[in-house]
Amino acid sequence: MANRPEDVGKEAVQKKGWFGAHKWLILRRISQLGILAAFGAGPWLGLWLVKGNLSYSLTLETLPLTDPYVLLQALVGGVVPETIALVGVAIVLVFYSLVGGRVYCSWVCPVNMVTDAASWLRRKLGIRGTSHASRSTRFWILGATFILSAITGSIIWELVNPVTITVRALLFGVGLAWIFILAIFLFDLLVARDGWCGHYCPVGAFYSLLSTWAPLRVTAANREACDDCMDCFNVCPEPQVIKPALKGAPKGIGPVILANQCTNCGRCIDVCAVDVFRFGTRFGNDPLIGAKVPDQIQTTGS
Amino acid sequence: MSLTRRDFIKSNAIAAAAATAGVTLPASKTALAAEDTDVRWDKAACRYCGTGCSVLIGTKNGKVVASQGDPDAPVNKGLNCIKGYFLPKILYGQDRLTQPLLRKKNGKYDKNGDFEPVSWDEAFDVMKEKWMAAIKKGMEENKGKPVDKLTSRVAMFGSGQWTVWEGYAASKLYKGGFRSNNLDPNARHCMASAVGAFIRGFGIDEPMGCYDDLEHADVFVLWGSNMAEMHPILWSRLTDTRLTKPGCEVHVLSTYKHRCFELADNGMVFVPQTDLAILNFIANYIIQNKAYNKEFIEKHVQFNKTPTDIGYGLRPEDPREKKAKNRSKGKLTKITFEEYAKSVEPYTLEKASKMSGVPKDKLLRLAKVYADPNKKVSSYWTMGFNQHTRGVWVNGLLYNVHLLMGKISEPGNSPFSLTGQPSACGTAREVGTFAHRLPADLVVKKKAHRDIAEKIWKLPEGTIPGKVGYHAVLMHRMLKDGKLDCYWQMCNNNMQAAANMNNESYPGWRNPNAFIVVSDPYPTVSAQAADLILPTAMWIEKEGAYGNAERRTQFWRQQVKAPGEAKSDLWQIMEFAKRFKAEEVWPEELLAKKPEYKGKTLYEILYENGQVNQFPFEGKITDDRGNEYDNDESAHFGYYVQKGLFEEYASFGRGHAHDLAPFDMYHKARGLRWPVVDGKETLWRFREGYDPYVAKYNPDGKKGDVFFYGNKKKNGGRANIITAPYEPPAESPDKEYPLWLCTGRVLEHWHSGSMTRRVPELYRAVPDAVVYMNKKDARKFKLRNGRMAKIQSRRGEIICKVETRGRNQPPEGLIFVPWFDAGRLVNKLTLDATDPLSKETDYKKCAVKISKA
Amino acid sequence: MAEADRKQKGTTRRQFLSTTLKTACSVSLMGIGLGFYAQRANALPPLAIRPPGALPEEDFLSACIRCGLCVRDCPYDILFLGQLGDDIPTGSPYFIARTGPCEMCEDIPCVAACPTNALDHSLTDINDARMGLAVVIDQENCIAFQGLRCEVCFNVCPIRGKAITLDYQHNPRSGKHALFIPVVHSEACTGCGLCEKACILEKAAIKVLPIDIAKGELGHHYRFGWKEKEKAGKALVTPDVKHQYNLPEGVRYDLQGKGLIIEKKAEAPHAPPQDSPFSSNPLDTLNRKKGDD
Repeated sequence: MANRPEDVGKEAVQKKGWFGAHKWLILRRISQLGILAAFGAGPWLGLWLVKGNLSYSLTLETLPLTDPYVLLQALVGGVVPETIALVGVAIVLVFYSLVGGRVYCSWVCPVNMVTDAASWLRRKLGIRGTSHASRSTRFWILGATFILSAITGSIIWELVNPVTITVRALLFGVGLAWIFILAIFLFDLLVARDGWCGHYCPVGAFYSLLSTWAPLRVTAANREACDDCMDCFNVCPEPQVIKPALKGAPKGIGPVILANQCTNCGRCIDVCAVDVFRFGTRFGNDPLIGAKVPDQIQTTGS
Repeated sequence: MSLTRRDFIKSNAIAAAAATAGVTLPASKTALAAEDTDVRWDKAACRYCGTGCSVLIGTKNGKVVASQGDPDAPVNKGLNCIKGYFLPKILYGQDRLTQPLLRKKNGKYDKNGDFEPVSWDEAFDVMKEKWMAAIKKGMEENKGKPVDKLTSRVAMFGSGQWTVWEGYAASKLYKGGFRSNNLDPNARHCMASAVGAFIRGFGIDEPMGCYDDLEHADVFVLWGSNMAEMHPILWSRLTDTRLTKPGCEVHVLSTYKHRCFELADNGMVFVPQTDLAILNFIANYIIQNKAYNKEFIEKHVQFNKTPTDIGYGLRPEDPREKKAKNRSKGKLTKITFEEYAKSVEPYTLEKASKMSGVPKDKLLRLAKVYADPNKKVSSYWTMGFNQHTRGVWVNGLLYNVHLLMGKISEPGNSPFSLTGQPSACGTAREVGTFAHRLPADLVVKKKAHRDIAEKIWKLPEGTIPGKVGYHAVLMHRMLKDGKLDCYWQMCNNNMQAAANMNNESYPGWRNPNAFIVVSDPYPTVSAQAADLILPTAMWIEKEGAYGNAERRTQFWRQQVKAPGEAKSDLWQIMEFAKRFKAEEVWPEELLAKKPEYKGKTLYEILYENGQVNQFPFEGKITDDRGNEYDNDESAHFGYYVQKGLFEEYASFGRGHAHDLAPFDMYHKARGLRWPVVDGKETLWRFREGYDPYVAKYNPDGKKGDVFFYGNKKKNGGRANIITAPYEPPAESPDKEYPLWLCTGRVLEHWHSGSMTRRVPELYRAVPDAVVYMNKKDARKFKLRNGRMAKIQSRRGEIICKVETRGRNQPPEGLIFVPWFDAGRLVNKLTLDATDPLSKETDYKKCAVKISKA
Repeated sequence: MAEADRKQKGTTRRQFLSTTLKTACSVSLMGIGLGFYAQRANALPPLAIRPPGALPEEDFLSACIRCGLCVRDCPYDILFLGQLGDDIPTGSPYFIARTGPCEMCEDIPCVAACPTNALDHSLTDINDARMGLAVVIDQENCIAFQGLRCEVCFNVCPIRGKAITLDYQHNPRSGKHALFIPVVHSEACTGCGLCEKACILEKAAIKVLPIDIAKGELGHHYRFGWKEKEKAGKALVTPDVKHQYNLPEGVRYDLQGKGLIIEKKAEAPHAPPQDSPFSSNPLDTLNRKKGDD
């Protein structure tokens, strides 16, 4: 029954058409590229809409946006920032608390395009092997960066943060950043599936914390229609988040994906030929939805 | 808001970069390397200012590979300024011109065409055609006129950067060949007022003192001279004296604070033009306190007055000219000492202080050093005095002070005019490349003088016109008015230099009837505005001679070959002379006086005259160490051209207090100060013991006494004290244009930056001209340091960066902009008002306004 | 399939512990590596200079969030962000004086742009900035030390006459020229680097260095006496008594000044300006009058 990973989305394309099966992907790419373009308009075209980068930016000389993770490292290092930076943090915190912290990963972060590409190629080439690091490693790293920031008195993760390095490379000059990006690509392709974003990146780990109470959620509202094709599991960068919602009816678990690692990327919605998933809210997470469907198939994956 | 500012600065930076496109930015990899093996060293005079430093040039494989200050040169003792340090690099700018360029359309000359490379033959053909048309027209206009009424339609703008023989060859070609006195040097913009005052005061040009005054004076007074930057090595000597001599004082007067004020014991910033009042006050102070040297005055001084209200050298229709009672008049009338004393009496300390804005105690301190008979005072001035609508007057007023005290013509007591050009003295003045002059202080107006020149030049009597030609400023007016058709500029950048460019120079040069030739090593602003550009061999690419400000004549040999087809000015002048036959340019009646010249070219008449071509050339010049040097001109013409020209030229002055040593002597000596009599140099003129001519002209004089023999015939050898009052400048600030604009130079650049801006290091150090202004003014006009400002005068506008904390600190109400930047032509702003006597432009005073750009 | 390896369902306590320990160890190892990297990467090379108002380097690195707004707001485009592979901490702003020095804007836009105070907002007068300290590092090749008239560093210095001054000295080699020796004063130098850029040598003889590299430090026990006296405005101990000396006529003793002074007769030529234009020696005047008769 289960589709091969190489064929993710094939059925969906057949049923819903190419655009129907790529709707959220396209919107995400527009978002990611649009944000880069907004940053790039200044240095490339002399059109200064947004100045700065993902660490901190000032839009139209008024709207500040501050990366809370970077600022927190600075605070741990003993820095008292300007009010404008705190305002920027507040805006960012409120926004991501509403839409889900890891929306940053799937809708904003440029590295996502790199890792998505690696993931896609990995499926196409049928590369199966993967390393066994725990997905919780990133939280350990997150903790370690705060400790190290406090000890060294510097914003430690910014020395190696691929996210901001990529953005700066595009906006301020490349340097050796391309090697870094290539390394991540190859790591995700050859060494570990969803290796970087899913296991190590403390930025994503930080933002996932913001996701915990976010109202905006993907829900397997139509879970009784699932035909166990496995496409959603194959495409999802955090597949462990799907199972409770999709297959939890027998255990009395509601259809809303509540795990904070979910990036709200919407790929599961796109690739599902039978439209099991849709965007919804965390409210009305009724365990009875789709409960009638007998739970016959034990899926793998966790 | 910050976006527009940033964009603005950027676009300006790009514009500036484009102005020097591809020339200055990349670190130029010239052949300048320090491999000292097989390097041939030889001496040469520095290419820049009138100080006359000497350098040693190291060549290898036909390239200059190294340079050093000449440790044995008495002027600089091995030192150089920042420009001199980079001298060799000026030869190797990446955009050297290497072939003639003519404006063409459809294969033919066209005033509105684009520049295309042409051969020297084609260039001279077109030139000849244009010159012939103009000369013919001129001959028509001159028909029936006596020799002292002759005018001409061809002109040449020469240079104090010409070598001695280049100036001399040009003078011969124009005055003797083309019968045109329309030959003027850029010294007109520089030294003309000093010359005027020398001639009026002493009857003979050039300073009586020399640089040794710098070690012998007790007090130095700088009048309108930023010696610290403009004569760096002399300033170094002056500073050393101030440091090492007990009691030595330095007084500095200027219209803004500049680097000399750092050393000044008494620094004075005065309101522009009130130097006239200050000098009269000092004279008055000396007289009131009876401090004057009575014996000296009685024996050596003649008091005179001069007509006042003489106008401003503007076009005659200008209201200021119409109002002037004695426009351009300068005849001297003898007066008594008492009358003179009365004329300066109104200039009290109170009045001088009030007019000039200088505190009384400072003025008094200044007056006292002049009045103290026991203090040796040397006064130095440059463009602050000379570029002045009363330049001749103000020069004279300073002589008055020195003469009243008898502080002149002896070590340490010296009124000394410093020159800006390396050979303003040696070429422009001594050779006489002015519209009114002939060699050795002879003038075209006097028949006797013309006779001397014609005789030496073996020309028919009446060849040289007796009417003074067009001076530099007048040339542009005449070009614009269609009275001048052909204009040849050498060693100059007059489109960047001449005042009121928008309304006079540029329309003149681009007048469809005019044909403009520019000879230059580089594509300057002038070259851009020309019709024909001739590539020029510069400096040590030819054998040369310069005469510095202390009458020191210095020679150098040709060290390297010029690039491509570039040829020296000397070659260009003499080769062009080959194109004209006597009967083409002279009327029949003149030729009839020397029928043997019929069918001969001007070249044959002027240069193959048995004198210029008398020294054979062996194919190489060899020095006493056995090194061999090229001499491209001599190889081309077949005789030792430079020697022939020099010796013929020297015959004008020998025996007449302008004696030059024999040619070969100068290739050995580190310069000699003329008059050189019996192989001995003259350090101080007009004083027995120092100057051999005093005993000759005044055999009954006392030992050690002075005798101003230049005025021997006029008044028995007395110097003239000439009284002159304060008169206002041509243009002063008003409500609409509330600021004074003063212009000048900076240490790092020279000659409109045409050479120095092509030295990457100098360009990097000081890339663009900025407007120096007072912080309070900046605030008043809503300007900020580092931002762009628009400066406007009645004649034009420029944009440049505001500098409130720079090396020049103007007082409120005055701004200063330097000249060197081809991207910011400050001559669009300046007024073409001149001293009516010297015809030298006042670049130091005009009215402007300034606003945010 | 990777998941295939983990067939066992449920995680035993032991496995959990071992995984946790493994992760903790590897993260610690990574952390140590990162720490060392940080230590190395955070050492700024001496020729990279932080923008005006930058906190002391350690504080700066903890405060700078690498947003690049200072780079964006610099009107002269002199600032860069450290790139991966540079010796400069990644993403942190710097400039190189030799190629692009700080032009010292009066409104200091780079500081105004900084959201975290890494560029200290209490810096309001650019003259108070201390980006580094200019040092005339090579006195052998500096042509001013040889007596050549350069002084371009002095001429372009925006803290006119305070940060760099010229020390006039006699040139004993030439005997009649002065030396104009550039001297940098740390109490005024902002380290903007305009001097280093302008230096006309192949390699600059004046360089802006980090202040802690450029400056020496006096022994903590020692004070310069005359400076202390000036600070206090009086002698720190009981002032000296008035001294008297046995001296012949015409000889004075200036204790705090020149020492023994033998008054010359007819010292007129170099006397300071007086109230009258006449020499202090009446004979000068008298003899002159006689000559006039």
